[in-house]
Amino acid sequence: MKAWFQSALWLRAMPALTVVIFLLPVIAGLLGTLLPSFGYLPGLGGDRFSLEPWRRLLAAPELPGALLVSLISGLGATLLSFLLAIGIAATLQGTRLFALLRRLLAPLLAMPHAALALGFAFLIAPSGWLMRGFAPLLFADGSPPAFPLPGDSLGLALMAGMVLKETPFLLLAIVAALGQLPAEAMLATSRLLGYRPATAWLKTILPQLYRQLRLPIYAVLAFSLSVVDMSMILGPSTPPSLAVLLLRWFNAADLDSIFPATAGAALQILLVAAAILLWHLGERAVTRLGAGWLIAGRRSHLGAPGRLLGSAAALVLAGFASLAILALAIWSATESWRFPALLPQAWNIGNWARPGLDIARPLGTSLWLGAAATALALLLTLGCLENERRHGVHPSGRVLWLIYLPLLVPQISFLFGAETLFTFLGLDASALTLIWSHLLFVLPYVFLMLADPWRTLDERYIRTGLCLGAGRGRLFFALMLPMLLRPILVAAAVGFSVSIALYLPTLFAGSGRFDSLTIEAVAASAGGDRRIAGVYGFLQATLPLAGFAVALLLPAIVFRHRRGMHVAVHQR
Amino acid sequence: MSKGLVLDHVVLALAGRVLIGPLDLSIAPGEVVTLMGPSGSGKSSLLAFLCGTLDPVFRCRGRVRLKDEDITRWAPERRRLGILFQEDLLFPHLSVGSNLAFGLPPGLSGDERRQRVEAALDEAGLGGFASRDPATLSGGQRARASLLRMLLSQPHALLLDEPFSRLDSRLRGQFRELVFARARTNDLPVLMVTHDMADAAAAGGKIVTVGQDLTFKSAE
Repeated sequence: MKAWFQSALWLRAMPALTVVIFLLPVIAGLLGTLLPSFGYLPGLGGDRFSLEPWRRLLAAPELPGALLVSLISGLGATLLSFLLAIGIAATLQGTRLFALLRRLLAPLLAMPHAALALGFAFLIAPSGWLMRGFAPLLFADGSPPAFPLPGDSLGLALMAGMVLKETPFLLLAIVAALGQLPAEAMLATSRLLGYRPATAWLKTILPQLYRQLRLPIYAVLAFSLSVVDMSMILGPSTPPSLAVLLLRWFNAADLDSIFPATAGAALQILLVAAAILLWHLGERAVTRLGAGWLIAGRRSHLGAPGRLLGSAAALVLAGFASLAILALAIWSATESWRFPALLPQAWNIGNWARPGLDIARPLGTSLWLGAAATALALLLTLGCLENERRHGVHPSGRVLWLIYLPLLVPQISFLFGAETLFTFLGLDASALTLIWSHLLFVLPYVFLMLADPWRTLDERYIRTGLCLGAGRGRLFFALMLPMLLRPILVAAAVGFSVSIALYLPTLFAGSGRFDSLTIEAVAASAGGDRRIAGVYGFLQATLPLAGFAVALLLPAIVFRHRRGMHVAVHQR
Repeated sequence: MSKGLVLDHVVLALAGRVLIGPLDLSIAPGEVVTLMGPSGSGKSSLLAFLCGTLDPVFRCRGRVRLKDEDITRWAPERRRLGILFQEDLLFPHLSVGSNLAFGLPPGLSGDERRQRVEAALDEAGLGGFASRDPATLSGGQRARASLLRMLLSQPHALLLDEPFSRLDSRLRGQFRELVFARARTNDLPVLMVTHDMADAAAAGGKIVTVGQDLTFKSAE
């Protein structure tokens, strides 16, 4: 056993193993969606190829409306998040507010979609916190106004909710890309050439880092066009967005509606592909039009108002997110809260232990599922990175695209097919498939978070260790793991938060036999009792934060007598 | 009053410890003053203070005047200070010509911009390089392009942050001569930070030494 462990053969197999565990079921899942969309699904009596499912899909009266909702909310959310993220970075980089914002990004990102959407709904609803704030000014009779938020028919509330979630993600991608540029020096140079800060940023920094933003932007596009949980909470219901409509069909009592659903799942892929193509064309047009603007010499586009706008945008985003989580917390402990009072009249912490409210089971599922998926993702990532370092094989950009694949393909488009495959293998609704379905989305984030710290660890530490006579294995466990403990734990916290947030994978791979906090939170939003929704939403929102707290505190405690470990000085 | 660059009682401190100063310095147009001192003595931070890009962990007091105007609190982009760093910092997403055009003031026609850029390149022995990718240039060529970009922005003074230390000894002498010659013909006051005695000797001007012992001495 020991000899096998030291032979490093197992290590060489890691990349291949990762790809097999990771991608094969996705491809099988896509196939398992595509075949039924052309009528082939022997289990349900479909044994001949036909265009019937597509005909039924296109004839569905809800389809045009559903496509419109998906397009407006998805494209709108992506464009708005992108503009907000670069606007904030361009106007605020180098300021104290930006430094503060950087520290807020991780907790903002860790907030699960469902919890954020629930909290946001509590803010914008007619009887929500915002209206309560304005009520004394607007409504004399003390009754809440009537407007259809959330759930407006165009999906604007859904769009706003997604902007709240995606802007921090794109800002994080910008911050990460900034780290690889001599950004401060470039900005200083441009400013000494007479350029105002925001103009300098847009002309010199953005063109350089856009290339690294492309994948995250495409991931945002794919997500926004096919999101399910946020759409069920914030989006319209007649018709809902395309992905929600498909989920209804997949879950319909009439099994025959699975056929048009699979055709719709294929259409969902086409929709995302078309959106990515559209964005790409827009990108090229802007590049062409911008080339002259870059060197025309104009020094000032956004002056002081620009910085003011950037600050306002950042504050509104952070404010909405914090208020959303606060609203969840308050509702979870509310007995009665009449409109238009700003705070509840009567509190009741007993909400958490109501009869009939089972917190322990979904909490347990979320915890073990998140822990298992994260542990597996860490194992595979560390194996791949260590193999890469020892054997000098560097993955090309294409491999990065492979890792991103589950984030670029709409979930609803392959999860049904994957479930069919697992049923065929006799593995459906098992803990194993559930963990795999989470691993799919946890692994990309863990890999992306760990790759840079691992690759930039000063090689001379390892050479020193080797010259001191340490074997490869000892180097790995005694040197690299402890030195990289902080980034490893942060990556784990990110992976865990991703798992806690997942809705559709838990639903499909669990076949309804496992209910996680996300599933309960989404169900509670439909149930209409804000106190129950508050309990589940708040619990779901706090778990990732607890993960981040551990990731930050543990290294601080372990290395409390090692000042060199408090900053990443061993990195170069 | 002086038409050049004037430092008036400038004190640079970090965490309560004075690194430089109080420093009084007046640099006339066409004059080169060299600032020398060990690493960590705050030389580069002093230049950052003059540029208005000083890291807020530093504290700096005193006034800076350029062409009889107090620029101490001005935004960096208003100061009209040209700076050359050790790295050339050519923007990698722009061609050599576009990098130079980036430095040109606005309000010229496209043709005129192109002509000005090409004339500048020709004069510096970089004729025909306008469409080249900066990454394909040699170190010496990049250094010259960076100098041209800065001069095209019509600065009122020149700051040099060890801009010669990356070049090999032959190129170094040539580039140094070019920089000083351009500064003289444009009548620019120059403040140079360096480690290298040869740089200081070539500059031929006043040498100010700063050190960690809180004192500085001045030699002619």
